[in-house]
Amino acid sequence: MNEVPVSHILFVSTALFFIGMYGLFTRRNMITLLMSVELILNSVNINFVVFNKYVWPDKLDGIFFTIFIITIAAAEAAVAIAIIINLYRSHKSIDVESAEEMKW
Amino acid sequence: MTAAQIIFYIIAAFILVTAFLSVTTTKIFRSAIWLLFSLIGVACLYFWLEVEFIAAVQIVVYVGGIVVLIIFSIFLTQQSGKEMLKPTALRTAASALAVLFGFVLTYLLIYKNDFQSVNKPFDWSVSKIGNHMLETGEHGYALPFEVVSILLLAAMIGCIVIALKSKPEEK
Repeated sequence: MNEVPVSHILFVSTALFFIGMYGLFTRRNMITLLMSVELILNSVNINFVVFNKYVWPDKLDGIFFTIFIITIAAAEAAVAIAIIINLYRSHKSIDVESAEEMKW
Repeated sequence: MTAAQIIFYIIAAFILVTAFLSVTTTKIFRSAIWLLFSLIGVACLYFWLEVEFIAAVQIVVYVGGIVVLIIFSIFLTQQSGKEMLKPTALRTAASALAVLFGFVLTYLLIYKNDFQSVNKPFDWSVSKIGNHMLETGEHGYALPFEVVSILLLAAMIGCIVIALKSKPEEK
């Protein structure tokens, strides 16, 4: 049933998380930042499912957390894209550097 | 190596390579397409883990919903073939270093902790998930279910209000 050690699957999710972090650090475009956030949320979902399946198989809590995270990610993406489109209307750019009125 | 192991390592490499290309390509539309492949890879990983329900939800919500939304917003906000600004070399090096150290630290913690799998079968089924979802008892998730439904409604109304071209006085 379990030919692959749990830590190898956790390696994938950890690497995915830090790839998303790299995107957050280097990208300056709001849509690509949103994509990096989606990668990070996916890595967290993998973690929840893997721990639920291999370490506590008699409960279903990880599955439920994954379902709720996917739902909230969908809502978050919709709101973020609405904000980005609104910002594009007023600034003609979706670069994070161009939206700094509220910085100070 | 058994077939399951080989399939797992192929899926893992696919996810990581496409995710890395998604955060490094300079064309935004290509970035969205690589993200699409990466999310499909994660769905494949869920199929490999034999949680088909989550895999189906992943494909429906992420691949069918969020990526399409992102591609729409790319088309609405900029030219998809345009090259994005490359980050400066200093920023790239600093972020790569920070991410590398973070990754090594986190993975060392996981590796030292050495999670062992308890060899018990994992019995989920959609009917079980549904029963737990609407149960109010000890393992019930009725309250989060209701809260999430309110959140979705609020997000929907919020999106409409934000994206509306509101000039009510110019009617």
